[in-house]
Amino acid sequence: MLIRTARRVARWLPLALLLILPALVSAASPAVPPEVAQAVRKLGSDDRDTILVGVDKLGELSDAAALPALEALMNGNLRTLPDGRVVIADDDKGIVTDALTGAQQSAKGLQLNEPIINNRVRRELEPVMAQLRLGAANPEVRLAAARNLAAQPDPDQAPRIRAALAKETVPEIRSLLTVALARLDLQSSDARTRLTAVQELRDSGRVDVKADLENLIATLPNGAPGEPDPEVRAAAVAGIKSIDHRQAWISAAGNFIYGLSLGSVLLLAALGLAITFGLMGVINMAHGEMLMLGAYATYVVQGLFQTYLPGAFDWYLLASLPAAFIVCAVAGIVLERGVIRFLYGRPLETLLATWGISLILIQSVRMVFGAQNVSVANPSWLSGGYRLLPGLVLPYNRMGIVVLMIVTVTGVWLLLQHTRLGLHVRAVTQNRPIAAGMGIRTNLVDMWTFALGSGVAGLGGVALSQIGNVGPELGQSYIVDSFMVVVLGGVGKVVGAVIGAIGLGVVSKFIEPFSDAVIAKIVVLTFIILFIQKRPQGLFALKGRTAET
Amino acid sequence: MKDRLLDFHGPRGWTALAVLAFFGLVVVPALNRLLPAASGLHIPDYLIPLLGKFVCYAIVALALDLVWGYGGILSLGHGVFFALGGYAMGMYLMRAIGTQGVYRSSLPDFMVFLNWKALPWYWHGFESFPFAAVMVLAVPGALAWVFGFFAFRSRIRGVYFSIITQAMTYAMMLLFFRNETGFGGNNGLTDFKQLLGFTLSEPSTKLGLYVASVVALLLSYAVCRLVVTSRTGRVVRAVRDAEQKVMFTGYDPVRYKQFIWVVSAMLCGLAGALYVPQVGIINPSEMAPANSIEMAIWVAVGGRGTLVGAILGAVLVNWGKTWFTVAFPEAWLFVLGALFIAVTLFMPDGVVGLFTTGRPRQLLARLPVLRAGLPRPAPAPEPLPETSEDVSR
Repeated sequence: MLIRTARRVARWLPLALLLILPALVSAASPAVPPEVAQAVRKLGSDDRDTILVGVDKLGELSDAAALPALEALMNGNLRTLPDGRVVIADDDKGIVTDALTGAQQSAKGLQLNEPIINNRVRRELEPVMAQLRLGAANPEVRLAAARNLAAQPDPDQAPRIRAALAKETVPEIRSLLTVALARLDLQSSDARTRLTAVQELRDSGRVDVKADLENLIATLPNGAPGEPDPEVRAAAVAGIKSIDHRQAWISAAGNFIYGLSLGSVLLLAALGLAITFGLMGVINMAHGEMLMLGAYATYVVQGLFQTYLPGAFDWYLLASLPAAFIVCAVAGIVLERGVIRFLYGRPLETLLATWGISLILIQSVRMVFGAQNVSVANPSWLSGGYRLLPGLVLPYNRMGIVVLMIVTVTGVWLLLQHTRLGLHVRAVTQNRPIAAGMGIRTNLVDMWTFALGSGVAGLGGVALSQIGNVGPELGQSYIVDSFMVVVLGGVGKVVGAVIGAIGLGVVSKFIEPFSDAVIAKIVVLTFIILFIQKRPQGLFALKGRTAET
Repeated sequence: MKDRLLDFHGPRGWTALAVLAFFGLVVVPALNRLLPAASGLHIPDYLIPLLGKFVCYAIVALALDLVWGYGGILSLGHGVFFALGGYAMGMYLMRAIGTQGVYRSSLPDFMVFLNWKALPWYWHGFESFPFAAVMVLAVPGALAWVFGFFAFRSRIRGVYFSIITQAMTYAMMLLFFRNETGFGGNNGLTDFKQLLGFTLSEPSTKLGLYVASVVALLLSYAVCRLVVTSRTGRVVRAVRDAEQKVMFTGYDPVRYKQFIWVVSAMLCGLAGALYVPQVGIINPSEMAPANSIEMAIWVAVGGRGTLVGAILGAVLVNWGKTWFTVAFPEAWLFVLGALFIAVTLFMPDGVVGLFTTGRPRQLLARLPVLRAGLPRPAPAPEPLPETSEDVSR
């Protein structure tokens, strides 16, 4: 036990260090130069002219250490102590922070004087703050500043941007600063400068500069072209073309990724259905409710973590995976043993009976958890996203679903291909009477397969809880889609379900931009109805004589 | 002629039918109109549209029984045919409002609201009642024909067929939910004022609609009965029981299935058209998959393949629903769910089965607890929609 704990600590140690590191660095920051300290003290003055002197001085010195003080002045949080020290007040917490050293103390009993600023000071503050941010040690701060500048470049800032660009090493910030400069250069009177600017904008690979280029080729109200020089105009046209091309590519990549995540959800929902349908020839209309139960299991685990393990809250999702699987697998066993096994050979009645079960499950959940949607939070490690390209963010929760899908499908595949249960499942799927004749206990195989299929749907429910609302009707909205996956992919084959689900997901996302989501759905459904004209058994039919009666 | 009449029903059947018709067409209106309101047997005005609604549902159940009970085709999408008939009628009723709408425009209110300037092309003609009446049957019939053509031709049957019908009604629901489709989107068509000059809010109009529904039910019953007792009906039943044998005997099962499928859809359209003026609204939620599945349980409760059972089941279940949703709204879904399970497990022949085959001992034998001990018959999985010939093709 001790060893395991130690090992766990060792595993998380690097991460912990990574989290603590910035704190250590800031605590160990070198002493602030005296000129800066002096200028910061001026910011706390009662006299606006003195404040302005301080602001100008700080702009000259360009030391990012003064940034907190300037920001506080802008937001009205800066205070002066009687001894002349300048602090940042946090009225909510009742503490003050020294503007230079970062030392904190309670605000109680302190006599605080608030410097009053006006719009003139604010106008002076803005550029100085932007400039200091560009020089900040923290790349995040520089990035934010660069992003602001690229969106709204200020001509007065041009020399400072150039200076910052010369020192900058982070590619993303460099690119933003280049864009900011190029956008300013577009206003230049020199045609060569403008031409270079157009080329730089094109090469930046950013799609948000398209409007600038379009302005160049647009016609002014007086009939003159927006850009007098034909060479620059030609470059702008080429630039727009290249941006359009890039934009199309980015949106295609985005569609593919979103389609992949939609397909993963569909696959988790449909995999169990495809297996049990192949095995028993019955459709479980309550399969969608297994998704719903899985999502509610996640909700309950989240609640337990909130109450008993708030420290480990971020890891509740990992705990909810086995929980959801077990809850749904047990529900599946009860369903199979309690109802479905009495209806073998009567698939249409099974359909109705399982529909009845789904109604009961929905209403039970509604009575236990309420008819309103409940909220399941993303753990912090699934929030946000990874910026693959400008304009293309991969949300972590969707990537997490893709990973879950890959792990689950691999697991199910291994189970079916390399275990005794899997062998039996495949045998019964191919030919039930002969498998029974070989001594396979088909009713047990049915039960365990049903448990497996429902459990996988439970995992799908965990995935769904991370991307949308969790409500009693959650499963209903996925049931038709899951059936379509089964129809498209063919029954009883993992690979069919995979291709069917991912294909459906990606195709829907590619149709959506041309129409809307509803039309995309209708097109896909129509396509499937036409598709089964050609291949009634789906993409991957079982070989052999299984399909005959 | 006399033989055909006796084929249609035995003497007992004719008597029962006459009694039902008398009750529906004479007794109910008389209890409503002639008895004083204070009398215990008086049927108040507000109950008449409710009864009319049940009668419309009974027509739907008949239509579903025709395809499921006799053809072995379980449709989970009959709601779409019902709704299309309802929309055709609703379009006529919208046009009949004329300029009495909220916006005093000759266009339906929702079009004014959406800032449309002219009627979409498919709304033309619906100002005429005969045209609308034809459409009530033609539109569901045409959709059923196209759908059935594709589905039956490629031998989609059993569970597969059920799922595809469910997908169809789901897709249609999504389509009708859109404002751009031109049928009022979410809200559907409502605020109807008059039908053929009769004011819809008048009790006498409501009674008239109820009587029309009962007549339609009797006619539908006659049509279904004619179909199932005819030679065609016998082939249909043979297709249900052994499609391959029928094929090898030289019949084309596709044509027979297609026939009852289209007839069934048209009956549903008729039911929808009578339903809409009585409830005063038609919207896309009528096409929700859940509604269509509920229709199947009406038939299952009454007893499949009996026609009378379908009527009985529709009235019983909906009566129960009306009562429960008022008395115990929370419990209704439990009851409905339990109904689905209990009927399929314990009463495969429905209520009618209790009278025809249901000696108590037989019913007990169906209890799974008792049957589980017996050797289970080898399950015959539903045929997948491809047969050996397709493989060789």
